[in-house]
Amino acid sequence: MARSWYITTGVALLLGLSCAASAVERFPPPEFETGYELPSPTTPAPPHDAYEYVDAAVLLAALGVSSYLVLKMRSRRAIFALTVFSLLYFGFWRKGCVCPIGAIQNVVLSISDPSYAVPVVVALFFLLPLIFTLFFGRVFCAGVCPLGAIQDLVLLRPVSVPNWLENALRLLAYVYLGGAILFAATGSAFIICQYDPFVAFFRLSGNLNILVLGSSLLLISVFIGRPYCRFLCPYGVILRQLSRLSKWKVTITPDECVHCRLCEDSCPFGAIREPTADWSLRDYVIGKKRLAFLMVLLPVLILAGGWAGSKMKNVTARMHRTVRLAERVYLEDAGQAEGTTDASSAFRATGKPTEELYAEASDIRARLERGGWLFGGFVGLVIGLQLIGLSVRRQRTDYEADRASCLACGRCFEYCPKEHARRKNSRKMV
Amino acid sequence: MAKDEHALTRRHFLRDSVWGTCLAGLGALTGVLIGKFRRTDTVWQIDPYTCVACGNCATYCVLEESAVKCVHASAICGYCRICFGFFGPEPVDINEGAENQLCPTGAIKRKFVEDPYYEYTIDESLCIGCGKCVKGCNTFGNGSLFLQVRHDRCLNCNECSIAAACPSGAFKRVPADQPYLLKRVDHA
Repeated sequence: MARSWYITTGVALLLGLSCAASAVERFPPPEFETGYELPSPTTPAPPHDAYEYVDAAVLLAALGVSSYLVLKMRSRRAIFALTVFSLLYFGFWRKGCVCPIGAIQNVVLSISDPSYAVPVVVALFFLLPLIFTLFFGRVFCAGVCPLGAIQDLVLLRPVSVPNWLENALRLLAYVYLGGAILFAATGSAFIICQYDPFVAFFRLSGNLNILVLGSSLLLISVFIGRPYCRFLCPYGVILRQLSRLSKWKVTITPDECVHCRLCEDSCPFGAIREPTADWSLRDYVIGKKRLAFLMVLLPVLILAGGWAGSKMKNVTARMHRTVRLAERVYLEDAGQAEGTTDASSAFRATGKPTEELYAEASDIRARLERGGWLFGGFVGLVIGLQLIGLSVRRQRTDYEADRASCLACGRCFEYCPKEHARRKNSRKMV
Repeated sequence: MAKDEHALTRRHFLRDSVWGTCLAGLGALTGVLIGKFRRTDTVWQIDPYTCVACGNCATYCVLEESAVKCVHASAICGYCRICFGFFGPEPVDINEGAENQLCPTGAIKRKFVEDPYYEYTIDESLCIGCGKCVKGCNTFGNGSLFLQVRHDRCLNCNECSIAAACPSGAFKRVPADQPYLLKRVDHA
């Protein structure tokens, strides 16, 4: 018995090696005499598209409600309720996907790759919050984003972050955005989705790295208000810029500011700016000189950033599987690597010439080098503009929410004595 | 005072024009996206003729129990008595005993049809998508066992984690109205 088995195995092995991995009819399908019917594989359908349109409709409605709550009703409690709803619906029910943050990559890929079309719902998820921000400020961040919501709910002991640290950490988000666009445009990877810290919680499953990343961010969120939104979120930095221009914005007090500073204490995101003192002539002259210097520095920073970015191509190219594969195949052919990997043996089984693979890889490298120039230049530009922004003096007579940083959470409303007076009055009126 | 008011309007004018530009930019982007509009959405699927059954499907899926399962195209199957997708390399005996099976979870059911043919079916509730049987069947048999993304389980992530880890590039986005790439008898 055992002997015949080995012979069978040996014959089969030889057969197998001669034509590995291809589907050939080594054993012709039998013709049954007993009326046996062949079972056919089942093909359960994917969830219907209609659910996605429901998601888009819910997003539109939530953005509308959020705008009303932030700008008209001015109620922290109502915004909080909307936050909980969004966390449950977009987070735990829809499992955090599609989200506008990740949609950046789909939009970029669909622009750079003619064969890729972005699904309608993903495009809506990307565009709707941007349009709402242009009109009403960051109402998406306030009560609709599930990633913001999960951090906001655990914020129990807010500690303020020093200004210099806040400004420095924010640069991370721009770098993240630039990197996400670079890798999406070259078809290397969707890094925003790969490193989404909270999606593992929404799905209630995930690998160790993501769970550790997510839990540590949540732990930090207990003390530092919404760290992902402020320091990492790549969509947040787009919303920041659009929010500067918004038609309507969050006003802390409905009336005249009494300079009580209560709102400043209430804001866990350091988004409230105090009134500015008058500038002495000496400060003014120094400030003007500094600004002129920074203006000259800006193009230098852009060029330096671009140059450094283009030099990173050897590192960034590794993100692309074709480049990784080409490197591996080259090492194997040159005898510098022992054995084969799954990828290299799969490539060799296709019988594609290695020259073709090398050509593809060097094309991707060249694209990443060009992209590196743009990416580095972008980072240089952001650093330069940040420095310029810090040295420009703005006139403020009252405590105001910074249009860019304000996440429209509505905490300051509850603390403003004038707001309390307004509510009392409106209740009397009723 | 009059000068101040003038400065204010200029600032407002600038701001409004930048605002308008942004809105127009978003409009243009919408136009570009509509230009590439495609009616059907896409879902992830494995091309069974490119798949090398490396085993990543079992471990890289974001779901704890992978959305990828083994599928059996009976029309290609040889109904072998000794199935290399079912039996381990050195089975103690040719029967359904657990010690003889290749599948780590015993998800393949072997049933006698008529002499000398046996039917093999997949119990999807047990299958973990490791592809061990697929490898066996591809190497020694007709290759009728293959892996597919099961869309009753798949979350259709924006970027599939398994696709990112797939060594042969077998994962692709396919139209949602034709969500399976099944092996066929007439495949060249």
